[in-house]
Amino acid sequence: MAVLSFMVLTVFLIIRLHNLFAIVMLSGIYSLLAATFFVVVDGVDVAFTEAAVGAGISTVLMLGALSLCGRREKVPDQKTWLPLLVVLVTGATLVYGTLDMPNYGDPQAPVHQHVAPRYIEKSLEETSVPNMVTAVLASYRGYDTLGEVTVIFTAGIGVMVLLSRLRLGRRKEDEDVG
Amino acid sequence: MRHHLVVRVVSKLLIPFILLFGLYVQFHGDFGPGGGFQAGVIFAAAFVLYTLVYGLDNAKRIIPEKYIRAGVALGVLIFGGTGVASLLMGGNYLDYSVLAAEAPKGQHLGIFVVEFGVGLTVASVMIVIFFAFAGRDHKIDEMEE
Repeated sequence: MAVLSFMVLTVFLIIRLHNLFAIVMLSGIYSLLAATFFVVVDGVDVAFTEAAVGAGISTVLMLGALSLCGRREKVPDQKTWLPLLVVLVTGATLVYGTLDMPNYGDPQAPVHQHVAPRYIEKSLEETSVPNMVTAVLASYRGYDTLGEVTVIFTAGIGVMVLLSRLRLGRRKEDEDVG
Repeated sequence: MRHHLVVRVVSKLLIPFILLFGLYVQFHGDFGPGGGFQAGVIFAAAFVLYTLVYGLDNAKRIIPEKYIRAGVALGVLIFGGTGVASLLMGGNYLDYSVLAAEAPKGQHLGIFVVEFGVGLTVASVMIVIFFAFAGRDHKIDEMEE
């Protein structure tokens, strides 16, 4: 609960601040808090990813982006109410969606009735991998993971094409301009 | 950051341990929390730290960019190739059971290889993206010089 309230506090700070450098740092802190929250609810693998990607690499990349575009937020000319409306409607819809969700950790919840028991009972026997999360990710849900890796691959290619000055012979002359 | 003696020394001490921890997370992911994705990011973080402290040119001297670019594609190839290998050995795509004599052994082998592919691609992509950002403007690697 304390972690969640710190997360809310961080979000309000991010909204109030205009210094982008502080905002990037705060979003790193937010990710670290989220990782702590995942540890509290026993999602160690997810927490690990959140801490490494959210708090680590993405903060560094955001700082890299900041060094290219300056560290002050541009103040909008006039206040518009549309964004607030969109946020409120989306938030209300999400809260409405949680109303008939099963309680956290309820063993009767549909998600625990479908394939989860099979993974829990059989994964060690079938894959001889003690970490169930790894077994599910790499083997039972191998297609999904392949898709994820392809997404990362595509993202890397996209950034390479857009940002890095690939040394293609015919581009040599205008390299200094770009 | 060439004048920051403390930062230089401390990061020099830390980088081998970060790399080692990355490898541990990679190859111990079958037994404890972790796996290719996390390991790739941790591994890349060591290189990011090195680049921040010692500059982009030195980092590129250690791992030339063409090798990282090859790594980006190679990881996906290893993943997809494992699937093709299981196809060729008479199973379904990405069904690792046929990779070894016994199904659980094959599964373990397949998971191990696939996780390595994931780690390779993730680490390479992270380094490539960071290099792209850092190489864009020399403010990062020559900050406060």
